[in-house]
Amino acid sequence: MTTRSGTHAIRSEQDVVLSRQAVRKLAIECGLRLVDQTKLVTAVSELARNTVIYGGGGDMDWELVEDGGRKGVRLVFRDEGPGIPDIKQAMTDGWTSGNGLGLGLTGAKRLVDQFDIQSAPGEGTRVTITKWN
Amino acid sequence: MAILQQATIDAIKQNESALLASWIENLGDGGSLNDSRISREDVSRQAREFLSLLVTASANGDAADLTRSEWLDSRQFLEALSRSRAMQGFDSQHTAHFIFSLKRPLFDLLQKAYAADPRALSSELWMISELLDTLGMHTIRSFQKSREEVILRQQEELLELSTPVVKLWEGVLALPMIGTLDSQRTQVVMESLLQRIVETGSEIAIIDITGVPTVDTLVAQHLLKTVTAIRLMGADCIISGIRPQIAQTIVHLGLDLGGIVTKANLADALALALKRSGLTVTKAAG
Amino acid sequence: MDRIPILRMGEFLLVTIQVDMHDQLALTLQDDLSTKINEISAKGVLIDISALDIVDSFIGRMISMISGLSRILDAETVVVGMQPAVAITLVELGLTLSGVSTALDVERGMKLLRERVRSL
Repeated sequence: MTTRSGTHAIRSEQDVVLSRQAVRKLAIECGLRLVDQTKLVTAVSELARNTVIYGGGGDMDWELVEDGGRKGVRLVFRDEGPGIPDIKQAMTDGWTSGNGLGLGLTGAKRLVDQFDIQSAPGEGTRVTITKWN
Repeated sequence: MAILQQATIDAIKQNESALLASWIENLGDGGSLNDSRISREDVSRQAREFLSLLVTASANGDAADLTRSEWLDSRQFLEALSRSRAMQGFDSQHTAHFIFSLKRPLFDLLQKAYAADPRALSSELWMISELLDTLGMHTIRSFQKSREEVILRQQEELLELSTPVVKLWEGVLALPMIGTLDSQRTQVVMESLLQRIVETGSEIAIIDITGVPTVDTLVAQHLLKTVTAIRLMGADCIISGIRPQIAQTIVHLGLDLGGIVTKANLADALALALKRSGLTVTKAAG
Repeated sequence: MDRIPILRMGEFLLVTIQVDMHDQLALTLQDDLSTKINEISAKGVLIDISALDIVDSFIGRMISMISGLSRILDAETVVVGMQPAVAITLVELGLTLSGVSTALDVERGMKLLRERVRSL
């Protein structure tokens, strides 16, 4: 069940910082503990950076969700970039297409409760994450 | 749509004080007034308040559909009431009795008001009965929810109490862990250890697992992650009291304890901590 | 602000990161630091991150790079003041900053640096 939702543009590095701040507020609103807030915001930082660098910019949709008394934050990072040809490979620790450490996607996955990625060459990338309190 | 007839609402309004009196009397028969946990005045005040909310809501709202906004005040009142009853330690029966004991006085009142019209009486009685049942159910539901919240909070408190972080020496903290570790408990305990390291500025933390019979993969990994996190913060960690079975588990799981200092027992760990802090323990002369 | 100030304390450099880091800022800091180490022949670098409420893989990598860079330039690096929640998250992320020295706060970090330099 969605209680509130919205969208943030992620086009530049500055937007990465802004999206982190926005998600921090949402996390506090849902009563996430400090460690869980930090994990979620860190995951946002990784994914938003991917959106800017590899996706050529995109958007982050946010939702406050509720499920049987549990509250959570669900985020969707979407871009219309080149997409990922081999998701399985991209989800391997240490694999990187750029000059990063290759921890962006796999690291973000470990920091949240639910993680889903959809991507194909030429069709952009869509990563959905959820963190429950 | 099931709106109570105007005559019913008028009858309740005109006889409000008499109705209230017999309701409170009923509450007393049910034992609700002779209880040290709540005063007679409080119960009377709650009854009075709820009756006026009920009159207002039923004058405007559909008595068959309590989800409507006209019933919001009544619902919220009952939720607050259930919550406070749950906190005071009443049971669900007692809490629901608050609503159900209003039935008798209301029925009596309607019987008098509709003495000349039995058909209207039965339809109004049915509606009132349904209404009170629904309100009663809502009360029980809210009561249960509050109780669950109380239990959850107690569990969390217990979790924190069960593994206290203690200061062994200036700059040396110890976390004696006892009992079976599940992943969630380990997580909470480790977080409080890290927090205390910052608060006390302690450079050495000892995690003593003498009282832990077994660890599973998740807990062992968590332990290792904690040691790494402590190092990132700029403090050192010693694990003491690893039982032979746990040592075997760790080796079997292929977990790398490299770089982690382990000691057989808490005393050895403390001795090492003191040595690292540049302290020596000597027997006093004489 | 487009630069993080670098303070000089004798033969040590002190960097206090207080803003929400973005990537360009991190890269600039890396450049500035290596220039400065060289300029004054600094023996140690202290990076205070107690005000940072997250460290992601990018910042983590920056810290590792600064540490590696300064070692080549003959200076020790100590990272101080990492918040507990940040440390837990960093480990979960898979970054352990191995090879980077750490201390609880600036004072202890300074002590550690002095000891290191003296033992050389």
